[in-house]
Amino acid sequence: MPHQPPRYPFIPPNDPGARHPIVVVGGGMVGLTAALDLARHGQPVVLLDDDDTVSIGSRAICHAKRSLEIFARLGIGQRLLAKGVTWNTGRVFAGDRQVFVFDLLAEPGHQFPAFINLQQYHLEEILVEACREAGVDLRWSSRVVAAQAYRDHVTLAIETPQGRTTLHADWLLAADGARSAVREAMGLDFVGKIFRDRFLIADVVMKAPFPAERRFWFDPPFHQGGSVLLHRQADDVWRIDFQLGWDADPETEKDPERVRARVAAMLGPDVRFELEWVSVYTFRCRRLEKFRHGRIFFLGDAAHQVSPFGARGGNGGIQDADNLCWKLDAVLRGTAPDSLLDSYDAERIPAADENILASTRSTDFITPKNEAAHAYRDAVLSLARHHAFARPLVNSGRLSRPAILAASPLNTPDDAPWNGGLPPGTPAADAPLEDGWLLDRLGPGFTALVFGTSPTALPEGITALPLPAEGQAATRYAATAGDVVLLRPDQHVAARWHRTDPAAIAAARRRALGHA
Amino acid sequence: MPDLTLTANLEDPDAVFEALMDAHRDLDPAASRRLDARLVLLLANHIGSAAIVRQAITLARTSG
Ligand SMILES: Cc1cc2nc3c(=O)[nH]c(=O)nc-3n(C[C@H](O)[C@H](O)[C@H](O)COP(=O)(O)OP(=O)(O)OC[C@H]3O[C@@H](n4cnc5c(N)ncnc54)[C@H](O)[C@@H]3O)c2cc1C
Repeated sequence: MPHQPPRYPFIPPNDPGARHPIVVVGGGMVGLTAALDLARHGQPVVLLDDDDTVSIGSRAICHAKRSLEIFARLGIGQRLLAKGVTWNTGRVFAGDRQVFVFDLLAEPGHQFPAFINLQQYHLEEILVEACREAGVDLRWSSRVVAAQAYRDHVTLAIETPQGRTTLHADWLLAADGARSAVREAMGLDFVGKIFRDRFLIADVVMKAPFPAERRFWFDPPFHQGGSVLLHRQADDVWRIDFQLGWDADPETEKDPERVRARVAAMLGPDVRFELEWVSVYTFRCRRLEKFRHGRIFFLGDAAHQVSPFGARGGNGGIQDADNLCWKLDAVLRGTAPDSLLDSYDAERIPAADENILASTRSTDFITPKNEAAHAYRDAVLSLARHHAFARPLVNSGRLSRPAILAASPLNTPDDAPWNGGLPPGTPAADAPLEDGWLLDRLGPGFTALVFGTSPTALPEGITALPLPAEGQAATRYAATAGDVVLLRPDQHVAARWHRTDPAAIAAARRRALGHA
Repeated sequence: MPDLTLTANLEDPDAVFEALMDAHRDLDPAASRRLDARLVLLLANHIGSAAIVRQAITLARTSG
């Protein structure tokens, strides 16, 4: 039975014209994540969504380890893990031959796998429930139609089933997707590159003998001249992407009989399946020039868009939320200056550029732009069949990795050499401890990992987590007895030392909070 | 960082040129193009350094 979307009721608001500290526009995966994060920090949040349900159809399915770690911080990591399909392996075929296998999580000792596959609607349903429990004021069927920015607030015009209302927000998070109404209202350019190709996305329900791994074919016998991608999702739903080419007619291609014939050619005559969803997409890569505009922040697809090869859209957006929310919380509490919020641009724009670069390169490999590009692509694939050296050149998508905020102004650079480990800007590595997982032990504020010694008095606002000087945690952080690693509330490394120096730790915390 | 070698470096220039011509004998233009692409990728991998490959690309583009 196809997924039945939940219907969330419209509740007429009793506060027209009210002013709220934080309003989130858009209840997609990114807006819901941000609302949940802020609510768990104790901030009152109003969320407006134009719809009365979750994401419809087949969109994001691959959720990366870093996203799962963020969701775990927000209390829903294990639920997602249980509902999703775990995978670590990707397999690439050219013609009828396998050319490449990759294992994305080669080492044991992590709570979360490299990826789970889970339909976006399941993720959003779980997020909505968590938002409700955390006290987010969720307002469905509330479409933002105009936004006016002032020095210290934003005024929104909202279309509801009961007519138009107005709200004011001290701070506005625009997570209203690729067609962002807030972006339009602000008249901001959203330019980039469109790829001249079309992809057929089909969700099929079947009991299939394939293992749960990512499979990608270039030019397979069952779809000559195009590429095909196969992923397993929850509930025995499988996602298949067929590359169609620019000249394909979307309406013709969506004809269920035609799609069934394509799927049958791929699976063979003996596999029974049902079509659950069909759509045809073109993809683009683009971003806003800046993500912060005074009191307005753009997150997720409203700020940047990528092609889906690499699963960097949703995963990038989750990292936006993770990056912004603790900063906004600190500014609202008065522990950080307004300028901390500028670091959202300084940290997330390079991250978006990295995602755009990676997904552009993948899409250019999958959809060669001219004859020469085609010849090189085919050359890579045929060399890869015979020689291992060419396999790393095969690009079927470079899968989402967490951003390393190496150039962030919030980092305190190392003041002594380190033999590897996690330099400032890197997200914290998980590791098994005697009684659970390292990341589960981090609180909502700053944490100092203290290796091998019992922590002496640490500066105000920092919780100590004592860790053994031997074992996987110490290895991952390249730490020996006496080392200290300071983590920000979003679990990124702010600074590290080979000593416990309360003054240096306090200074690094101040710097990470944006104090000049 | 070492630079792209631009002094004459081939032990036997005529033999190398001949080998390239022989490789393309009997190939139609599309097959020739694919062969050249494979050749470039093999040689690029042998060189290894992206900076040197980029220097070669720039020189190739500006020496036409
Ligand atoms: C085929 C496909 C496959 C993909 N696969 C992956 C993947 O595997 N992994 C991954 O990470 N990403 C993937 N992506 C990308 C991912 O779907 C997006 O990056 C993600 O949905 C962005 O989330 P968002 O919350 O920013 O925007 P959206 O999910 O678009 O949510 C925007 C929300 O805002 C609401 N809204 C819009 N306008 C208004 C308004 N005016 N007022 C109020 N509310 C409004 C909408 O109803 C919606 O709920 C894929 C995308 C596609 C198309």
